[in-house]
Amino acid sequence: MTRAKPEDDEYWNSSKFKAFTFDDEDDEFSQLKESKRAVNSILVDEDEDEDDVERVSWSGEPVGSISWSVKETASSIRSGSEQSFPKIDTTPSLSKQGSGYSLSSLFKAKSKPGAFQSFSESFSDTSFRTYAPELRKPKSDGKDFVSDLSPEETVRRMQKGRPFSLEKFRSLQDKLLLLDEAVAVYDGNVITAVLIFLKKSLSKEILFRELMARDVALRHYVHYLKEMGEQKLLVELLKALGRTEDMALMHYKEHLNIKDEGRRRDFLKSCLSLPFSQDDATHVQDHYTLLERQIIIEASDKKADAEIFKKFPRKASILNMPIITTLYYSCFYHYGESEGTFSSPSNIRKTFRISEKQYILTALGARAKLKSWFDVDSLFNTKNWLGYTKKKSPIGFHRVVDILHKNSAPVQVLQEYVNLIDDPDLKLSGALKYKCHDVVINTYRDLKDRQQLIVYREKLERDSPEYRKIQELLNNVVRGREPLLLSHFLIHSVV
Amino acid sequence: MAHTEWKDAPGLPDFSLLKRLARDQLIFLLEQLPGKKDLFIDADLMSPLDRIANVTILKQHEVDKLYKVELKPIVSSSDQLCFLIRPRIQTVKWISDVTTDEWNFYILPLDDDILSLELPEFFRDNFLEGDQRWVTTAGSALRLLQSVYGSFSKVYGIGRCAKMVYESWRELMEDGEQRTRQPEFAKVFLVDRDVDFVTPLCSQVVYEGLVDDLFRIKCGSVEFGPDVTSSDKSIKVMLNSQDKVFSEIRNEHFSNVFGFLSQKAKNLQTAYDKRRGMDIQQMKAFVADELKGLKQEHRLLSLHIGASESMMKKKTKQDFQELLKTEHSLLEGFEIRECITYIEEHINRQVSMIDSLRLLCLLSITENGLLSKDYRSLKAQYLQSYGIEHLLTFANLRQLGLLEEQQAGETLTVMESKVGKLVNDKTVGKLTDAFSSLAKKSNFRALSKRLALVPKSGEEYDLRVPRDMAYVFSGAYIPLSCKLIEQVLERDGWTGMEEVTRMLNGQEFAVTGGSSSSEARSKTDAQRIVLVMFLGGCTFSEISALRFLGKERGCRFIVVTTAITNSSRLLEALLDNSA
Repeated sequence: MTRAKPEDDEYWNSSKFKAFTFDDEDDEFSQLKESKRAVNSILVDEDEDEDDVERVSWSGEPVGSISWSVKETASSIRSGSEQSFPKIDTTPSLSKQGSGYSLSSLFKAKSKPGAFQSFSESFSDTSFRTYAPELRKPKSDGKDFVSDLSPEETVRRMQKGRPFSLEKFRSLQDKLLLLDEAVAVYDGNVITAVLIFLKKSLSKEILFRELMARDVALRHYVHYLKEMGEQKLLVELLKALGRTEDMALMHYKEHLNIKDEGRRRDFLKSCLSLPFSQDDATHVQDHYTLLERQIIIEASDKKADAEIFKKFPRKASILNMPIITTLYYSCFYHYGESEGTFSSPSNIRKTFRISEKQYILTALGARAKLKSWFDVDSLFNTKNWLGYTKKKSPIGFHRVVDILHKNSAPVQVLQEYVNLIDDPDLKLSGALKYKCHDVVINTYRDLKDRQQLIVYREKLERDSPEYRKIQELLNNVVRGREPLLLSHFLIHSVV
Repeated sequence: MAHTEWKDAPGLPDFSLLKRLARDQLIFLLEQLPGKKDLFIDADLMSPLDRIANVTILKQHEVDKLYKVELKPIVSSSDQLCFLIRPRIQTVKWISDVTTDEWNFYILPLDDDILSLELPEFFRDNFLEGDQRWVTTAGSALRLLQSVYGSFSKVYGIGRCAKMVYESWRELMEDGEQRTRQPEFAKVFLVDRDVDFVTPLCSQVVYEGLVDDLFRIKCGSVEFGPDVTSSDKSIKVMLNSQDKVFSEIRNEHFSNVFGFLSQKAKNLQTAYDKRRGMDIQQMKAFVADELKGLKQEHRLLSLHIGASESMMKKKTKQDFQELLKTEHSLLEGFEIRECITYIEEHINRQVSMIDSLRLLCLLSITENGLLSKDYRSLKAQYLQSYGIEHLLTFANLRQLGLLEEQQAGETLTVMESKVGKLVNDKTVGKLTDAFSSLAKKSNFRALSKRLALVPKSGEEYDLRVPRDMAYVFSGAYIPLSCKLIEQVLERDGWTGMEEVTRMLNGQEFAVTGGSSSSEARSKTDAQRIVLVMFLGGCTFSEISALRFLGKERGCRFIVVTTAITNSSRLLEALLDNSA
């Protein structure tokens, strides 16, 4: 490489400093790629001892691991004869168990000293109590001596999984003392266990009233009802608490469990009268309208035989898709339909108050996917009063280019839009990324960045038009000795 | 490389003991059921179980078949069924009448300095639902550590849950006999995840964090797909300090990793090249002493190079650079309008639903809530793009204080006077407000200023030679959680940080332990080991930052967490868009 003469240095500016970026054009990244080649090309004797490489099954789990065998046995069972295996009763046990045992008592049992032989000696009995199976004893065991314990003692026993009885807490005051004591020891399992007892032994009006003043207990109760799927009671509770918005949301959530679209639509309709916040009321209304429209569109498109459906068969139904996906679908399959039809983009845009920006983005994606460059152009074309067409966009043109590129637009199309990018930095990085040579070269020329032109030339094919263009630019300037401004002017006239 | 050597760093206790302990107890429990039995395992217990036992051990104790708990009717040929489950209401309900034992499996050591409770649901249960069911579990984990490794001289903490866990732990210890053992940790720090939501919402750029964000590390192991392995199969790899290549790059900013791997590749080539010109004797020695190690390194090197390459490709594809720029602007409070436009377009284009949500939350926390018109417009656009049912998700985020609408004309003083009024007000209104009061003002901007979390812009930050913990976020932000830990350890308490704790909604504490009087305190290694417990999850970036801090201060941190988390896991736990 011949170095430019000193006088040229005055003309050319220096290249910008480049910091590390997450960009695969980065130098360090190409360095890494080289390392990869290097590492992979190192020749090692092919008798690879595989002993330190994990054997992996089809599912990716290491062979011999527990996760792996679980799947294996599950599949072998499926192929065997199933009917002869005994079935286990799966009815819930907690509800029929009476008040005797807390949730935590199901998982804890009292200590049985000296049973552990296999532990390393560093553990004394106190630090590692062994938990022998308390519940294997008859359930009546020990009830006599636990029947008159204080709330404190009872809660402690519940925590430790020792036998206890809640039956003796008869008065409301005693029950509440028990609850407050459970809350005082922070044990969520004990709190929930006491609440289960209260739920059975108190009228819901009284329970709700008492919970109002007990935030922690209330939260546990709400969570418990959620987990048990006691929707009705939950809605009643929230209503009693005056939390009407939460109640409405809770009710609305139920739609997720309804699979049939007709029933789901009807359910959403029934939600419209719920006391949502003003904002959410609009959203729920939209949800209902959307599904209603989708059902209509789906029914008609399922048997549609227009050209577009044959050329690009639908991969999935449009039911339950978000609004924007529905708009995209309509821009893809129903572009140009009149606003009167439910499936037309303009109808969807209007019904759901979609912003211009959002509309353009979506339509652009759909039309670019179909490679309808004409439609893409018309999205941005505006005529001024003289009748000239100009391109305008509510989203940055760098974004437009990006979307076009992701839909594999040809270089000519990309180039046109790269040229429309306002910000010079974004324009250059876009041009580099999408290999719009002309734009890159012109930008470097305008920046008078000789170094970058030389670097870029090396990336091009020798004697390609772009290569020659750079060559010409470099030669022209080297030849000229005119003052800066004039030489700049000259380049423009040469190109 | 910045973190490879631990000069003058204390050694760590041997946590493999915990695995042995859990295994022995499992065996003991299996022996309580003599004869053949089928074992049903909770899906989320399988990976942890894999780390402490294997099929052979189970078979030795007459486990016949293994099943996953699926809450469906059971089909089994065995007379005896054994269930290994987490105590969840649904599961317990499904299993029905059985006898139970408790398997004290609280802690899974994921690495030399990472202990996990493997309880990802801790976060939602505790912070969103307000259910304290795991408080005792966390307390028991601490008791276990104390029993095995000795007591602590000082305990600090911040957060509602941290306080409860401390109380639960204390009570458990008072129950048992105090054991006077040489302490192995000097200090314990308990911190609630909701003290710092900003950190887990940021994109991770240290190697381990990035691997977790992109490939999801599960129980210390990651599955690299064909794009990484350059073959048609996937490989599961354990990622920990045993992996010599990984252990050198895990804490590094991603931009340093390329150079490091390239250098390693060159060294490897040189080492292999040594074979040339060797005589038989030398060759024999080479094969015996070096070849195996080289091959191992070779394998690991190609794996991590493959991973780096694949991550680079993925990140380029999603315009990571622009995303990072937006995050940094939000942290700095700079060009917020531009950030909102970026987020809006992100939503409009239906790119990653989680990333959009993450940016919205980051915007809300750093700005102390969104202006009403922004909140409404962004929420509406989000629902249009990702589904209207997400209004349930928005309700959750609002309750947690992650994504909020600013109240009109509300300033801090107005807010405070409101709070003051609440205390005296005994109407139902008060209670409904109290119900959702777990949501708190973030005060991020003020905290950031006070604690100097965001370095002045314009300053050069050399990521090769990190000068503070901010390097884990490209020099743009010091994780709040880690900064708090640093400050409290430095001050040996919360004194002088009153304003900070007030902005964090209080709930801080510092307790001096019983064994603090022991002589020779400053001499033992143990006095330089700090145990940090994250309630609600901790990210790899925070772990890297603490490792850096430890190196700076000549101490070592052991992280105990309810689970490893990152932005996706955190937000996915709060979604409510499916049945």
